[in-house]
Amino acid sequence: MPAVAPRSGDAIFASAERVNAELFTLTYGAIVRQLITDLEEVDEVNKQLDQMGYNIGVRLIDEFLAKSNVSRCVDFKETAEVIAKVGFKMFLGVTATVTNWDAEGTTCSLVLEDNPLVDFVELPDTCQGLHYCNVLNGVVRGALEMVSMKTEVTWIRDMLRGDDAYELQVKLLKQIPEEYPYKDDE
Amino acid sequence: MIGVGKIKQYSNVLDKPVSKGKQEVSLSAFAFLFSELVQYNQTQVDNIAELERRLEDAGYAVGARVLELLCHRDKGNRRETRLLGILSFVHSTVWKVLFGKVADSLEKGTEHEDEYMISEKELLVNRFISIPKDMGTFNCGAFVAGIVRGVLDGAGFPAVVTAHFVPVEGLLRPRTTILIKFAEEVLKREARLG
Repeated sequence: MPAVAPRSGDAIFASAERVNAELFTLTYGAIVRQLITDLEEVDEVNKQLDQMGYNIGVRLIDEFLAKSNVSRCVDFKETAEVIAKVGFKMFLGVTATVTNWDAEGTTCSLVLEDNPLVDFVELPDTCQGLHYCNVLNGVVRGALEMVSMKTEVTWIRDMLRGDDAYELQVKLLKQIPEEYPYKDDE
Repeated sequence: MIGVGKIKQYSNVLDKPVSKGKQEVSLSAFAFLFSELVQYNQTQVDNIAELERRLEDAGYAVGARVLELLCHRDKGNRRETRLLGILSFVHSTVWKVLFGKVADSLEKGTEHEDEYMISEKELLVNRFISIPKDMGTFNCGAFVAGIVRGVLDGAGFPAVVTAHFVPVEGLLRPRTTILIKFAEEVLKREARLG
């Protein structure tokens, strides 16, 4: 019988080493502020945050697979559920809700009610174009790319911009077929 | 903004109750983020001193906020005004909140009156970090040094704070010592207060 993928990351989070979320939040804030000072343009900051997230995602997927015992997801729907319930919980201690599926089952939204990145944060007028949590896009995109899924991730709703929740839209662009034999010695 | 389709409700951060600080994230999440902070800053500098300075600046921003938050939440809007008081606040309260434990030791420098040291066998930020040989004495603890400087400066104790590796016999990895050198005015004031 194939192993059933865990439907919750609670146990993994509970047994993992943890740190105070405020240290995490404030450190992230320090990063964003540094980027704004260095890059000046909010678009550039958004891009850089996404890139940092991508870098994290491509590494994070290894830890995710190693610790979560998740087996291969049968479809993108299952993938989205696993990200929302296991992935987010395991690393950030919060869960997301998957909703707003399109008819093809390739686009959905991850809705976060609780978001540890944004405590203490308020966007000043000069930064209204900033996607403060853009690092999360990158993480999801990077992690999925490592398991052969090309995605496009965009913010639909952002509480820092006056919306009522954090909504991240994930769109599956294509499944990259696994290549074999792997070229190890290139 | 009014007039762009729908009226948005911006919530003021001050209207929300301040968190109790019990929420946690995984250590990996922090480590990944910290690693990105270091890597990004590496692309912005030419030398190690500059890199340490930038990490310290990032830490300073954290420290300034931590002071405000903790004084408000844990100390009823009061803060320490004496040298030993603020040092033990950093060593115990700040450390406990940020790193989940009190720092391993707080000592007074033996050679200079104005120097104090906070040491930690395994600093949280250095947990997954190994320094390449060509980077010499670089210590990511510069970020924590920045936090300490931010707290001290905000409380009215300007100081130069640096992070150093100190090898310890019997341990595989060196411990990190945060060296605090207070500004002259701080010591003068302290002497006046008696």
